[in-house]
Amino acid sequence: MPKNPNVKRVMVIGSGPIVIGQAAEFDYAGTQACRSLKEEGVEVILVNSNPATIMTDRDIADKVYIEPLTVQVLEQIIEKEKPDSILPTLGGQAGLNLGMELEESGFLKAHGVTLLGTTAATIRNAEGRQEFKDLMERIGEPCAASKVVETVEEGVEFVGSIGYPVVLRPAYTLGGSGGGIAYNQVQLEEILENGLRLSRVGQVLVERCIAGWKEIEYEVMRDSAGNCITVCNMENIDPVGVHTGDSVVVAPSQTLGDKEYQMLRTSALNIINELQITGGCNVQFALHPTSFEYCVIEVNPRVSRSSALASKATGYPIAKVAAKIALGYTLDEIRNAITRKTYASFEPALDYCVVKIPRLPFDKFITAKRTLTTQMKATGEVMAICDSFEGALMKAIRSLEQHVDCLLDYDFSGLSVDELKSRLKVVDDRRIWMIAEAVRKGVSYEEIHDITMIDVWFIDKIAILVEMEEALRTQELTPDLLREAKRIEFPDSVIARLTGKSQADIRAMRHENSIRAVYKMVDTCAAEFAASTPYYYSVYGGECEASAETTNHRKKVLVLGSGPIRIGQGIEFDYCSVHATWAFSRAGYETIIINNNPETVSTDFDIADKLYFEPLTPEDVGAIVDIEKPDGAVVQFGGQTAIKLTESLMKMGVPILGTKAEDVDAAEDRELFDKILEETGIPRAAGGTVYTAEEAKAVANRLGYPVLVRPSYVLGGQGMQIAISDQEIEEFMAIINRIAQDHPILVDKYLQGKEIEVDAVCDGTDILIPGIMEHIERTGVHSGDSISVYPAHTIGKLVKDKIAEYTRRLAKALHVKGLINIQFIAIGEDVYVIEVNPRSSRTVPYISKVTGIPIVNLATEVILGRTIKQLGYEPGLQPEAQYYAIKMPVFSFEKIRGAEISLGPEMKSTGECLGIAKEFHEALYKAFLGAGVNLPRHKNMIITVKDADKGEAIEIGRRFAKLGYTIYATRSTAAALNEAGVKARKVNKISQESPTVMDLILGHRIDLVIDTPTQGRDKSRDGFLIRRTAIETGVNCLTSLDTARALVTSLENAGRELTLVDVARL
Amino acid sequence: MKAFLILEDGTVFEGVHIGAEREVVSEIVFNTSMAGYLEVLTDPSYAGQAVCMTYPLIGNYGICKDDMESLGPWLDGLIVRELSRVCSNFRSDMSIQQFLEDNNVPGISGIDTRALTKLLREKGTMNGMITTKEYPDVAQILPSLKAYTTGKVVEKVSCREKYVVKPTLRLEDNGPLSGAARFDREAYERGVREPRPTLVKELNGAGLRVALMDFGAKANIIRCLTERGCEVTVYPAWTTAEEIIADGPDGIMLSNGPGDPKECTSIIKEIKKLYDTEIPIFAICLGHQLMALATGADTYKMKYGHRGGNHPVKDLATGRVYISSQNHGYVVDMDKLDSKVAVPAFVNVNDGTNEGLSYTGKNIFTVQYHPEACPGPQDSRYLFDRFIQMIRQSEAREEHFVIRQSEAEEDTYSAQKCGADSKCCNDREEKIVEKGGAPHA
Repeated sequence: MPKNPNVKRVMVIGSGPIVIGQAAEFDYAGTQACRSLKEEGVEVILVNSNPATIMTDRDIADKVYIEPLTVQVLEQIIEKEKPDSILPTLGGQAGLNLGMELEESGFLKAHGVTLLGTTAATIRNAEGRQEFKDLMERIGEPCAASKVVETVEEGVEFVGSIGYPVVLRPAYTLGGSGGGIAYNQVQLEEILENGLRLSRVGQVLVERCIAGWKEIEYEVMRDSAGNCITVCNMENIDPVGVHTGDSVVVAPSQTLGDKEYQMLRTSALNIINELQITGGCNVQFALHPTSFEYCVIEVNPRVSRSSALASKATGYPIAKVAAKIALGYTLDEIRNAITRKTYASFEPALDYCVVKIPRLPFDKFITAKRTLTTQMKATGEVMAICDSFEGALMKAIRSLEQHVDCLLDYDFSGLSVDELKSRLKVVDDRRIWMIAEAVRKGVSYEEIHDITMIDVWFIDKIAILVEMEEALRTQELTPDLLREAKRIEFPDSVIARLTGKSQADIRAMRHENSIRAVYKMVDTCAAEFAASTPYYYSVYGGECEASAETTNHRKKVLVLGSGPIRIGQGIEFDYCSVHATWAFSRAGYETIIINNNPETVSTDFDIADKLYFEPLTPEDVGAIVDIEKPDGAVVQFGGQTAIKLTESLMKMGVPILGTKAEDVDAAEDRELFDKILEETGIPRAAGGTVYTAEEAKAVANRLGYPVLVRPSYVLGGQGMQIAISDQEIEEFMAIINRIAQDHPILVDKYLQGKEIEVDAVCDGTDILIPGIMEHIERTGVHSGDSISVYPAHTIGKLVKDKIAEYTRRLAKALHVKGLINIQFIAIGEDVYVIEVNPRSSRTVPYISKVTGIPIVNLATEVILGRTIKQLGYEPGLQPEAQYYAIKMPVFSFEKIRGAEISLGPEMKSTGECLGIAKEFHEALYKAFLGAGVNLPRHKNMIITVKDADKGEAIEIGRRFAKLGYTIYATRSTAAALNEAGVKARKVNKISQESPTVMDLILGHRIDLVIDTPTQGRDKSRDGFLIRRTAIETGVNCLTSLDTARALVTSLENAGRELTLVDVARL
Repeated sequence: MKAFLILEDGTVFEGVHIGAEREVVSEIVFNTSMAGYLEVLTDPSYAGQAVCMTYPLIGNYGICKDDMESLGPWLDGLIVRELSRVCSNFRSDMSIQQFLEDNNVPGISGIDTRALTKLLREKGTMNGMITTKEYPDVAQILPSLKAYTTGKVVEKVSCREKYVVKPTLRLEDNGPLSGAARFDREAYERGVREPRPTLVKELNGAGLRVALMDFGAKANIIRCLTERGCEVTVYPAWTTAEEIIADGPDGIMLSNGPGDPKECTSIIKEIKKLYDTEIPIFAICLGHQLMALATGADTYKMKYGHRGGNHPVKDLATGRVYISSQNHGYVVDMDKLDSKVAVPAFVNVNDGTNEGLSYTGKNIFTVQYHPEACPGPQDSRYLFDRFIQMIRQSEAREEHFVIRQSEAEEDTYSAQKCGADSKCCNDREEKIVEKGGAPHA
């Protein structure tokens, strides 16, 4: 069927800010789909509140609205832009829910807008728990015994009939929010109550627990003619019980025979046919490990994290094909973009093994529970490809960038066999390492399987790796042993460690014996047809399909990606990498991307000329350099991951394009940097460098508390803390030094003032500053967690000029060629520099979009030798825009049990959204709205602040009271408020008798909690409990009075019709 | 132990010996299925060939004897990247290594199977030798490799004697419906393994008798018919048309099989005679090619064939595309097709080659691919229903009914009575004598 001619203007709904369970995969899918729509001559109107995405770029869509994703805003955009259709299946659960709300209210029909792709009825059948169950029953597809309940009592009664344990899944939530397994009535009531509240429709599915069964997923495509294919299947190594987003996943399935494989494949096709899905769909199954019994777990009638993974694992562009199907094409009309010979109506054949490992945020939330459940906790993931499972696992492990290169790196050797066995019962992110230790200690496969229910095939693979460790440790390193170790992807560093040789020795021995990585192509068809898209992975042994050859004798540039999405290093760096790649390509370079993140745009097969899906370690990058012999590498766009590789690249003889490595060092090295500041006459907070707690205490006492403690060369303020006492210094230093530090730790005097941030492009002579951003939260809150306002609105011209001048001086002194990011503190008219990063930053996509200045492009051009003037820009600070653009951090605290939510120097947010408007207040209101702070509901709030904050809290309380809020406060805060004439009701502390502040929060009548933490990180304190309870019951909780003040300001100005801004026209 | 794969172009792959210790010369082909290595091993169509699995990890779930497509492996050798050292599946009977050894099949592992596949793709299917012997002068043995042909392999793999396979009489005897299987812990602990699930929801073939010409038939062709209620009589490849016609089948199936269809000259003559009757015929793979040859069309050898479970096939009658299981090196030449005799009914979406024919004015349709799956997708199983429907609708069928009516009096076996009344079928069952001797289950 050819394209539907009635589709001319399509509105695409994005997924909004990055949160756990809904991450970069939707930028990847959305970008691919938008490009696919534009390729067909369709006009694309994009709505997404997330400014860090590539999909919100003017080159991706025709109209771009970075506006809050609410029904009201979407209705306004539809009225303004009059699209003929809307595509809601690309924006994850958030996008799908919005599309459904628009459809259900009749708004789409009234405005003549068609829902493209899968119909509303289908979505209801797939997403509504009861509808889905009924439909499955009708076609004879089994689901676990279950019931949709709307009250706790109903749930308790049902479980009485099926028995514990039961799984609880709230309807219409993402990443399994609010779900869990209950083993008894206490747990059941707790999880159920929470889940009912979080569900958009107030429903929770209670079902028979099938934990321990194999979890298998199929990615299925179907077109409007009813043609169906499966793109691939995937097997979760962790059996049912762990969210698939937190599981180690392998593709294709490894332990299924043809009978099981085809049984589930046929079932998946039956389901997608019965649901009449047009587009992509993910079907999850639980398969009994010792029988043919299976259950359908769930169906996602849209692109998903799994579909992104399946796309990257197979080379089949699911989102692109789904977009074409939505336009009316059938699968046999769509060309396979990889082979360019075959069509989309085929099933990829893999001739390699793919392993995905989730990136969990426990390095950020050290107080959080590491236990993995049906509630997803991962912020991102890595994928690795190899011709053996062991190899793919080893590559994936080192791609995580968690200082872990092999199965020895989490050390459980101190545990006894009994301890190991009992620890294995609890699933956490280190289970693979725990199993390895159990194997080392001689626990049998069967016993490990009985505890973990992980298939013995996988346990055997872990055992093979353990045996290799042992062989390397005890045997003489012969070429054959080395060859075998490399075949299963032991890095040279680990081989060196185990054999007691140096890494250089190992490398020399490899080269002498021709043991080198070769590269194979991902071609969707297991080499059956010639493929034209160079998408490579490495293996040891055999023929190399990659070569140094270039087309048209172009120069080659290596763009290093940023690895897995983690807190502190998010999608922004992928944005920068992709734009730099495109800019190099336009400049006539052949581009090569190395990255290992399956969720991102940069690892889409048609972004760079060549894609290497590989770990970003010196050895892995070096092997690619050996083959490709690039003319240069660019590291400044890939975040800390890429920066860390600078030295190694230089040793390999690859010129670093842009700012030189020694200048990057100068910005990080305390002494060198102090010298530069002295020369340029720029003040900074006093401080010193230390290695030990003793030294740190000495420096701190010299400076006077409070001080800022942080390791150097980190992103996202990892390990950064404000210390107020010697005791805290000891605590923080111990945490930082858990990982061996290559560089000294910095201790600085803590200055309190306005935090200002600047991104600039420098060509060696001139600088270009698109704009100055000001943070709403005072210093001490990490810049990534602060609300950022452009243009800076509370500082005067003098300070702005000073900032522009300091930026110029610093960029010149550091010989920056390309991007530089600087953070300042403004105290009155004084400006101090906090830190300088001669590389791209988190704010680059945001500032590019809201100023209309494509700074990554400009930086790339500058790197290639052009000047700012040649590029048509007047150097210096650019004129300010006529509107306000506010970047609001978004957190995923509710997903991570036990995480401390109070803001501080260490970054905790997972994503961001934008509010843009002519007026500051409207922009601020939009930003809060985009972040999901939708007030008021009950007009009840709780204020509990530390003594030092009481003065400010009174003023804020007064303004909330004026808005009609009833204020509850703990004893001393209530006294302070009442004394100042702000009416506040006193509530009891947790330790006092009921009703306490906890009861109030759990009673679900509270909109907002303002709680400023007292110093110290004692988890047992009331404040911690109050904050966690608030977050886990879905109550907004603010820990900074600056944020609270901004919120009340935005609420005072709420209620007016919002104005819309097409960012593509700025 | 070291092993070598020597190709007729002189390329040598060094790997590790697996399976039986034996040297073998064969035609080297590749299969892209990611699961289902046992079904490949036991598919008689691979007789005369050594198969390279493009998926690198083979043997993961061991050998489940229930899944064999014939009584043993037919291929000459197995070529893999890596053989799993454990086999993990609740039904696993033995390891693939053991199976190869027991059945005297040699093989090689640890070679760059992707490089081999690319070579076969670029140069076309080649002959090769799997050996553990190190030949100092490879050039010397190349002439013997080049000289190899698969020869008349059909006769080797066909059953020796005619035999009858009983139909399913009650739907539940097919085993649990897919999705209805329930794990029974007690039974499992007693060693009971539930049977493979089925997809058949109706015994639409009840009472029908189908003649299957066995050119190397996969067991699942028989199962696809019997589980729908058809009684299947399996005939050796050399059976005359007269003998089959005399048995009065309601429909005839021509099976898959190995080798060059043009080698089967005498079989082709018999098939022409079957064509000339009014008996509905459904043919798969080699059967499809033989029917084409019998009716004046031509076949040619493809560069490297289709072997895998992911080939898209378009049903030209409906425009629908199905993912199919394929295993063929020869194909019917569409250019030389006489539309008065047959027209294309199915086409390969990837390369446009013929995948099936519909015979003009006849109750005959044939497909190049494998609706019986095993291994591979089950999407085309509807073709068996189409065959049964064709039999039911054919006028010839009605004529048969008349003839059979008279037989029925002495036999109490009537298509009309059967199906609903299982007793009469039970009577019939006793009269069916298994005449095994053939390699098929």
